[in-house]
Amino acid sequence: MSSNDYLKTMGAPSFDELERAGMLPSLADLAGRGCVCVECVEEIPCNPCETSCPQGALVVGYPITNLPVVDRSKCTLCGLCIAACPGLAITIKSVEAGNAKIRFPWEYLPLPAAGDEVEMVDRLGEAVCAGKILSVNSAAKNNRTAVVTAAFPAAFVQQVASIRRKRHGTV
Amino acid sequence: MAKAGPAGLCAAIELKKAGAPVILMDENGAPGGQLFKQIHKFFGSREHKAGIRGFDIGKELLAESIALGIDVRLDTEVVGIERGLKLWAVEKKARSYTEEAAAIVLATGATENALSFPGWTLPGVMTAGCAQTLINVHRVLPGKRVLMIGSGNVGVIVSYQLMQAGAEVVAVLEALPRLGGYGVHTAKVRRAGVPLRCSTTILRAEGKESVERAVIARLDERFQPIPGSEETLEVDTICLAVGLTPAIELSCIAGCSQIYVPELGGNMPIHDEFMRSSVDSVYVVGDLAGIEEASTAMEEGRLAGIHAAHAMGYLDEASMSAKAEETRRRLSALRQGAFGQKRFDAKRRILEKKAAV
Ligand SMILES: Cc1cc2nc3c(=O)[nH]c(=O)nc-3n(C[C@H](O)[C@H](O)[C@H](O)COP(=O)(O)OP(=O)(O)OC[C@H]3O[C@@H](n4cnc5c(N)ncnc54)[C@H](O)[C@@H]3O)c2cc1C
Ligand code: SF4
Ligand code: SF4
Repeated sequence: MSSNDYLKTMGAPSFDELERAGMLPSLADLAGRGCVCVECVEEIPCNPCETSCPQGALVVGYPITNLPVVDRSKCTLCGLCIAACPGLAITIKSVEAGNAKIRFPWEYLPLPAAGDEVEMVDRLGEAVCAGKILSVNSAAKNNRTAVVTAAFPAAFVQQVASIRRKRHGTV
Repeated sequence: MAKAGPAGLCAAIELKKAGAPVILMDENGAPGGQLFKQIHKFFGSREHKAGIRGFDIGKELLAESIALGIDVRLDTEVVGIERGLKLWAVEKKARSYTEEAAAIVLATGATENALSFPGWTLPGVMTAGCAQTLINVHRVLPGKRVLMIGSGNVGVIVSYQLMQAGAEVVAVLEALPRLGGYGVHTAKVRRAGVPLRCSTTILRAEGKESVERAVIARLDERFQPIPGSEETLEVDTICLAVGLTPAIELSCIAGCSQIYVPELGGNMPIHDEFMRSSVDSVYVVGDLAGIEEASTAMEEGRLAGIHAAHAMGYLDEASMSAKAEETRRRLSALRQGAFGQKRFDAKRRILEKKAAV
């Protein structure tokens, strides 16, 4: 197992660490329909991503401390794993005609709404670009984790991890 | 008999399923132990109820124990255990009585460690578990700007939940050079813009009537504050997430031999592979038998329940072994990987000491 020095000092994985774990999709992978991005580079006892996937496209196997592996040829991009992952480590990203999209898990109130102008942030929570909310899915099967889709400029597709949280009442 | 956290509930459920009469005693008004504070989805596998939120697991276990007809006694504190397995219980702080048992399962959980520094008695300084109880059980936000001390899973999960409750987490400090919690948990907090600062600690809390500021500093390799590195953070709440210690008092009263295992939280009663302590018919499970997780606590509870049912003649040798084997397989699956290996090795030391006694 690699030592993940960046993750263990900054709190979020670096591109190198993701790459080493086979978890940084290429721009080709992201083009068109896009792909599921699993950012879970540490061996922890966990596998709800695997059990949530109806296609058998996400595999942890035995022992459950294995890192999850995605078989992109089986993945239908249904997005069920996004809300199932207790680590909130799964997103779906895609790039088409200069626009990128990200489908990500969201557990803060107030929920964003379709049409909202938002700030897209990277893995360290730094603002990278402006974005727009396309949809918010709070289906009951997601068990109180909303799955939000946002659009932003394609140039930032590898950096973007989420949106900035709106604060209750304060700035 | 047990305490009604996840470990105790699982032990009681296994015992009752085998046909043994069980009494479950817990000092709280609601059973479930730590589970009811935990609004996040759990780790582990489906067998360990992963992906389900902690309080939903608590509700499920409770419903199962009620459906089985387990005698659950809440607001009942066990204050003593006499030789001959006689328990002394105090009900609603008003009535005390004794109850004789054929076997006792102790699942008393753990208490949170504190940290002392100048200003630590100011209102606004509290343990992370206390803050978690305030926001998730009582729905009261303890403050608006929080400093979290400790980057283990408890520190980062409670930081996340404080933000969900509407607070700002100004920083998470970690004295060690590396963050403790699972990377997926630290990443959640980090992408919300919270700085996670290694090799850093709190020097003092300041404020007139309650916390108004925290003075922090970087630490050198010998954990000494580096002069000139002090910084002042405007915060109104300081949360301590600096570890848990097994609640061993009852196990001491019962006469269980103890062992010191720093990786698992300090002193704890020794146990064998069926969770039997050094005292006949007294089992120790869950955080009491070494700080781990709810998933391991539940499996240990099941092991004790299965073995106690067998010892009392409610389960034959073959079914006991088969069930215990299955439970142990799940337990060892949980103790793999870099995080698990440390706990696995520590647990083995406990078993070896028990074998030597
Ligand atoms: C913030 C936080 C997040 C966590 N997240 C996770 C997670 O994601 N996944 C996971 O698997 N684990 C998690 N855990 C760990 C998990 O909660 C504990 O490991 C688990 O609750 C231990 O179970 P237990 O039954 O041993 O103890 P407890 O749940 O503490 O239950 C012990 C019970 O015994 C009662 N009791 C104690 N003494 C007496 C007495 N003398 N008389 C009567 N009653 C008594 C207590 O009041 C309590 O109800 C987390 C813990 C914390 C604090
Ligand atoms: S998006 Fe759907 S099909 Fe693809 S890995 Fe996730 S759950 Fe499986
Ligand atoms: S469910 Fe999430 S945190 Fe758990 S192994 Fe899968 S990707 Fe990692």
